[in-house]
Amino acid sequence: MTGPAIRDQRAFVSGALFLGFAIFFFVMALNYPAGTAARMGPGYFPRLLAIVLAAIGLTVMLRAVRGTAERQALHRWDVKGLAWVTGSVVLFALLLFPLGLVGSLFVLIVVSSRASHEFTWKGALANAAILIVLCLLVFVYGLGLQLPVRPALFN
Amino acid sequence: MDLFHNLAIGFSTAAQPANLLYAFFGCLLGTLIGVLPGLGPLATIAMLLPITYALQPDSALIMLAGIYYGAQYGGSTTAIVVNLPGESSSVVTTIDGYQMAKQGRAGVALSTAAMGSFFAGCVATLALAALAGPLTAAALLFGPKEFFALMILGLILASVLSSGPFIEGVGMVVLGMLLSLVGTDLSSGTQRFAFGVPQLFDGLDFVPLAMGIFGFAEIVKNLEQDDKLSLVTQKIANLFPTREDFRRMIPAMLRGTTLGTLLGVLPGGGAVLSSFASYTLEKKLSKHPEQFGKGAIEGIAGPESANNAGAQTSFIPLLTLGVPSNVVMALMVGAMNIHNIQPGPEVMTKNPTLFWGLIASMWVGNLMLLVLNLPLVGLWVKLLTIPYRYLFPAIMVFCSIGVYSINGGTFEIYEAAAFCVFGYVLIKLQLPAAPLLLGLVLGPAIEENFRRAMVLSRGDASVFLTSPLSAGLLAAAAVAIILITLPAIRARREEALQE
Repeated sequence: MTGPAIRDQRAFVSGALFLGFAIFFFVMALNYPAGTAARMGPGYFPRLLAIVLAAIGLTVMLRAVRGTAERQALHRWDVKGLAWVTGSVVLFALLLFPLGLVGSLFVLIVVSSRASHEFTWKGALANAAILIVLCLLVFVYGLGLQLPVRPALFN
Repeated sequence: MDLFHNLAIGFSTAAQPANLLYAFFGCLLGTLIGVLPGLGPLATIAMLLPITYALQPDSALIMLAGIYYGAQYGGSTTAIVVNLPGESSSVVTTIDGYQMAKQGRAGVALSTAAMGSFFAGCVATLALAALAGPLTAAALLFGPKEFFALMILGLILASVLSSGPFIEGVGMVVLGMLLSLVGTDLSSGTQRFAFGVPQLFDGLDFVPLAMGIFGFAEIVKNLEQDDKLSLVTQKIANLFPTREDFRRMIPAMLRGTTLGTLLGVLPGGGAVLSSFASYTLEKKLSKHPEQFGKGAIEGIAGPESANNAGAQTSFIPLLTLGVPSNVVMALMVGAMNIHNIQPGPEVMTKNPTLFWGLIASMWVGNLMLLVLNLPLVGLWVKLLTIPYRYLFPAIMVFCSIGVYSINGGTFEIYEAAAFCVFGYVLIKLQLPAAPLLLGLVLGPAIEENFRRAMVLSRGDASVFLTSPLSAGLLAAAAVAIILITLPAIRARREEALQE
């Protein structure tokens, strides 16, 4: 039986991730003077680290294709869950000033709730109402944090 | 004696009404998030960090510390009653704790955990007080090359003790250090890796990164696995262990406390490692190893003492040497920076009330936790009936508001969203995030000390090996690397660290 050429796909991709970051930082660091070992410029330490990271990345990749490597496939991704959660945070940031705290929190809670398999509109709306009141009490009135409570239009 | 004089200063600080209140609040919150699976001390401390800006520095640190060790108490409740670790440090408590609960001895298991934690907390407080002086004195002998070597040792040990292959842990440390270089280079004023974005000139903020990885990305992961909670529905009666129980648990508590106190001081150590090590030790030493996994009381008494001791003594390297030994301690660095306190040997000399107050507050806090946990255990168990689908939006709300409050701008929120995606990639690749965060925190100090040492030696790198202290520290790091690559030890480590 021969499987895929890359036996440990998880480790291979991890190594490639390290290598990718290493190349990125190394190339960027070329813009800064390296100086000498006695008088290091801003580019010295980043280049050094990038080289170490590249070596680690390559080693991890090589170990993944060795004949003795354990077979491991990549894990399945829950793209939908990730999109709902990340999207709700981005929406919160976008809407915080235009809609004010109450409106943007409402969007954050309802959109992120969609990430759950057990989502119900009734539950999410009730949860939103409770959490918004709680936030106003704790953060705005209790701790006195400077938060844009009202929508931008009313300021 | 000096120690008692210092502790007296500490207790008078810790006993101030405001500090008592914040210690109580920290312990309460710590228990709460400890009980709830999927919300750890890390995300909570990150969430509250910006808010502590308005507090006195001693109150802020007392509260944040309370969250960390309070979570160790709360985590065991969930482990025993629901067979789910409320905290990663109570993973091993689920093994025997839940079995005891099924045998109708949940109350005894809970009080064993609480008593073990309390005893360990008392001992660790004393250890912290006793070790602080000598270690601080040692730290004053450190120059740039010694600090460089010490931090390298810490990062190596942190990678050794993280889950997954060692080399990937080191990769994460180096990546974290590279990320820490974003922003203004202090010696030359050059903007590095900032792409002209003004918000990046001060560097990548630690809090949005921690929040994205340990708050948001964790939520996505938790949502993937919807496991049903299997509550032990019986009433929790009879909290009192029998005489036989006491006979078996007291030696375990003593051993667990000793082990936890030692492993907590180790860079890279802390609560999680201590609890695993203690469970293994108890099983090894027991005359009845076959009872482990079937409700052996030593399997609770040992690890629960160890994790609390470890949580507390992990403050030692931070407060005396200025080197955070785990990610929660790295966040405490952030908390100290907010209040313009430089972690390290100077905390003790410049802020003695803060230093000793924090230590004394840990003992006070442990007493509060004992009271909070045992009589109120029914209330905490009720909390577990809140479904996760209502809980996680609440976590998202608190995290988002916390991130916004760092600078009062939306840039940090976008940053946290980006690190949520990055954190999810790490989870899927099974790459450990803790070494990344430690690298991020220690990166600037490592570069600074490396540069200074090399200036002093006129560019001769051998200086790290000719100074006895730094050579010793680097040798210890080398030994750790060699040991970890030996096949026999590698197998043992994988066994001990797997969750």
